[in-house]
This record gives sequence, structure tokens and C-alpha cells, in this order.
Amino acid sequence: MNSLYYQKRLSRNIGDKFFTSLSVICALIAILPLIFLVTYILIKGGSQITPELFTLEPNPPGDDLDAGGINPALIGTLIITTIASIIAIPVGVGGGIYLAEYSKGGAFTRFIRFGVNVLAGVPSIIAGVFIYALIVSTKILFGSMYSGLAGGMALSILMLPTVIKTTDEGLKLVPNELRYASLGVGASMYTTILKVTLPSAFRSIATGVVLGIARAAGETAPLIFTALFSYYYITGFGDLFYEMGSLAVLIYNFALEPYDAQNKLAWAASFILVLSILSVNIFSRILAAFTEKTKRL
Amino acid sequence: MEEKLTLFKNRKRFGIEKNIDIIFKNTALVLSSFVAIILLGIILVVFFQSFDSFSRYGLKFLVTSEWNPVKDEYGAFTAIYGTLVTSFLSLLITIPLGVGTAIFITEDFVPKVVREIIGSFVELLAAIPSVVLGLWAIFVMEPFFRAFFVFLHNFFGWIPLFSTEPTSRNSLLAILILVVMLLPIVTSIARDTLNQVPKKLRNAAYGIGASRWKTIFSVILPAALSGIMAGVLLALGRAMGETMAVTMIIGNSNAFSWSLLSPGYTISSMLANQFGESDGSQVSSLFYAAFVLMILSLVVNIFAQWLVKKFSLKY
Repeated sequence: MNSLYYQKRLSRNIGDKFFTSLSVICALIAILPLIFLVTYILIKGGSQITPELFTLEPNPPGDDLDAGGINPALIGTLIITTIASIIAIPVGVGGGIYLAEYSKGGAFTRFIRFGVNVLAGVPSIIAGVFIYALIVSTKILFGSMYSGLAGGMALSILMLPTVIKTTDEGLKLVPNELRYASLGVGASMYTTILKVTLPSAFRSIATGVVLGIARAAGETAPLIFTALFSYYYITGFGDLFYEMGSLAVLIYNFALEPYDAQNKLAWAASFILVLSILSVNIFSRILAAFTEKTKRL
Repeated sequence: MEEKLTLFKNRKRFGIEKNIDIIFKNTALVLSSFVAIILLGIILVVFFQSFDSFSRYGLKFLVTSEWNPVKDEYGAFTAIYGTLVTSFLSLLITIPLGVGTAIFITEDFVPKVVREIIGSFVELLAAIPSVVLGLWAIFVMEPFFRAFFVFLHNFFGWIPLFSTEPTSRNSLLAILILVVMLLPIVTSIARDTLNQVPKKLRNAAYGIGASRWKTIFSVILPAALSGIMAGVLLALGRAMGETMAVTMIIGNSNAFSWSLLSPGYTISSMLANQFGESDGSQVSSLFYAAFVLMILSLVVNIFAQWLVKKFSLKY
């Protein structure tokens, strides 16, 4: 009769309790750093935010108590990520279109898909090393060495696999009936792709691409010896060919300074970087969930 | 009738449209082959740039730890050892934590909403730039663990791994920040694989009287093993290539030490530190080190992909 009831003292039940609490502890340990991290950045970084931060140049580290602002780094990050997107999005979307729409699953396609995965796993600093060897040390860009342009190119290498993958997978989800319908009324292949398949996969592709851009915006390793760093305002088009600051490199440089003023600037820059990356992530998550819901209806 | 005939006459596509179609297809083909070109380009460029150093030091480069630009003596043993030790030890901590968290999220201990919030929280952690993690490690984590490190040294100092006085930048801190970075990767991949294990298997195990954790250990985890392994290998690749957070906290010292409480070096932190301000044979040696790093991460990544293909769930 007793065996029909749950028995606390049974060794299997004790074991179950033990492992359950173990997994709860694991989950707690995994989440606590995030909560600490985010709250710390929000509090410590948020308290440094002033209007001048967005308009001033950073002062060179020294005994100066006033560290200045992060305007050049903020603009630099925007410019470098834009350059990376301008390179990576057309190449990636085009490549993804080939993989999903034209290829017939042959050896070439398999090799490219494999290459995309391998390229995604290449350490980010190797992308910097590659661009350094190819562009910075050869001064191939009109004799300029370290430049924002080179930094953007290094970042585009990191973005490319993400863009190709999301395009490929997004297009694969488009039902074949749409393609048949379009081809059936006499549209050519490129009209079908540009007017039918690509627009219907637009949202999922855009989400992936935006996430890729957000990730690239926080990358530091490829920039430290391609774009380097600059303390001065970006004034014109010509500045693309000179050293360019970015939020990520500013955080790296100023975190290692012994001066408190510079460290505070690094925290402020982290606040802006993390806040924008997290909000992009959360926004695209909500968008993706919303899309899924409307599809089910 | 007349109308139909003209329609019929024009049934052929205009030449211009045909050409656009062909151009469009070939452009897409060229763009997709860019991936291969870049990948091969990276391998070739790094290899040829390291050739000078390779022919001079050969494989001795891998086992000596002299790094002296003045005497032109280079060996990357400290950095290679540091890369391997930090990545493997951090994985050793991450695997049980990550898989444990994934089990917690996939079982029904707490309501689904809570589990989903935890899941997306952990994934958000992956989006935080590593340079910010490095900043956090310097100013928050290091002071937090300082007393613990002193304790480790005092009580376990007889173990070579803890044999030196803890410094404010050391390999153990690098390992801990790597754990924070790897946890989301391992957790989310393990969660996805666990979710893919068919319900039938679980129900069958419950049906013959297995307890929850008996089911997890003997049925669900074995079924999900390949996916989890692949996630672990991807995390290993990330750990070996991770640069910023490690560079900021590991101390960047080329002096070899068994102790985790003393400053160390990894290949990527060596590159980050020295690349901008070196010339001549030092650059070539750095390229050699970069080549070693690339080969390591390529091998790990290709093995992970092979594992996924070979053992993807067959239910």
C-alpha cells in the first residue's frame, strides 16, 4: 500500500531532489553574472552621462581631471560599422541568394556553406591580422596606413558569414509555391527573386543582418591595428583614410589607463555601447516573436 | 484572333531581359565565392607572412618561450600553452554549468514564462562585447575574487597551479571571464539540442518507472550528446580566439609559469599587444603565432562541423 505514495526517503527521490537543486544552482550561477554586469554598467556608466560627453573630444590621458567626451569615437563607430555593412550586406545577400535560389546542392555549394561556417569560426583578431597584412602594411589605399576604411573592411569579414547564413536560411523558408506562381506567369528568375522571394523573406533577413551589425559594432580585436585610435573630431570625407577612433577601442585604451577620469570615460562608452546593442537585440527578438505569432494565425 | 497571334509572336523574352537574368545569376555566383576567396586569402596571407619566421625557427618556435626582439629570438610556447590552458580549463568549468542550466530551462521545474525569460537572458549575455566584459573584469571581478585567490594560494599553494602570490592580473581571472563568455554559447546550444530530443523517449523512460533524473542521465543526455559536443567545440574555438577580455585581464607576461595566479599570455593577446608596434622578424613571428592560432581554431571548428553532420539526431 505504501508503495503507491511518494516516499521522500527513497534513495531515488533523494537523488532526484539533489540533482534538481544542482541544476537550479547552475542556472543561478549562469544568470547572476549577467544581472551584476548589466546593472553595474547601467549604474556606473549611466552616472557618467553628460551632454558634453557627446560633443567633446577626449583629452589625452594625463593629470587632467577632465577627460572630455567621446564624440569622435561615437561617430567613428557609426562610420566604421556603416562601411562594414556597405561591403558585407551586398556580398552576403548576393551570396545567400545564389546558395538558396540557384545552387543545386553540388560540391561548390557544399564547399561554400562549409566555408561560411569556417569563416564564422575564424578568431576576430585573425581578420585584423589579415587586413593589416593586405591593406595597412602595403599602404594600398592611397598611401594611408591605419584608416577607418581598413577597420571597416576587417569588420565586414566578421559580418559576412552572418549575413550569408541568414539570407540563405531566410530564403529557404519561403514556400516554393510563391516561386512557381511567379515563374508561371512569365516572370524571369531575377524578377522572381527581387520582387517575390526576397521581399517575403525580408523580415527574417533584416533581423539577422541587424543582429550581425550590432555584434560587429562591439568588436574590438579587428580594429586595434587597422583603424587604430584617434582623439580628434572627424571633420570630413578625407578622414576615412586616417586613424579613426571607435567606442570599442576607446574602452580598451582607457580601461588600461591608470587615471580615474579616463576609466570613467570607458564606463560611459560601455554604457552607450551595451545599451544600444542590448536594445537592438531585444527589439529584434520581439519582432521575431511577433512575426511568428502572425504567421500562426 | 488577330490579338492572339501578336501575343504568340511576342512569347519570346527580350534579349535584354535574358541578359540581365544571366548577369544576375553570375553576380550572385561571384559574390558567393567571395567567402571561399576570403577564407583561402586569410590562410595564404598569414602563412606567407610567417614564412620568414617559419624557416628561421621551424618547429622550435612552438616549444621555446624566449621572446626577445633585441636578440631576435622568438618562441611562442608561453602563449600557446596559455591559449590551451585558459580555453580548456574555462570549458571544464563551463560544461557542467551550461548543461545544468540548459537542463533547468528544458525541464518543467518552474513555469514556462520564467524559463523563457532565463533563456533569453542568457542569450543576451552573448551579445555583450568582450571589451566591456574586460572592463568589468578589471574593475569588478578582480577585487571581488582577490580574497579568494589569496585563500587559494595559502591553502593550496603546494599545488603548482596555485604556487605563486596572486597578482592583480592573472590567468585564473582570464579563465573566469572566459567562463562568463562561453556560458551562453554552451547553454543555448545544449538547450536547443535537448528540446529536439523527441518526447517519445522521455515518455518511454517514465513509463517503465525511471525517475526524472534517471531519465535525464540515461536517455535524454545520451541522445543529445552529439549536439552538446558540437556546442562545446564551438565554444572551445571561441575561447581560443577570444582576444579583448583576456588581453585586458591576463597580465600579458611572456615569462612561463605553471601557476594560474601569475600573469600569463595567449596567442591572441600577444597579437593584440605587439602587432601595432613591431617590425622586421617580430612581425613575421607574430604572423607565425597567428598561423598557429588559426590552425588550432580551424581544426576545432571543422571537427565540430563534422560531428554535427555525422551524429545529428536520427530520430
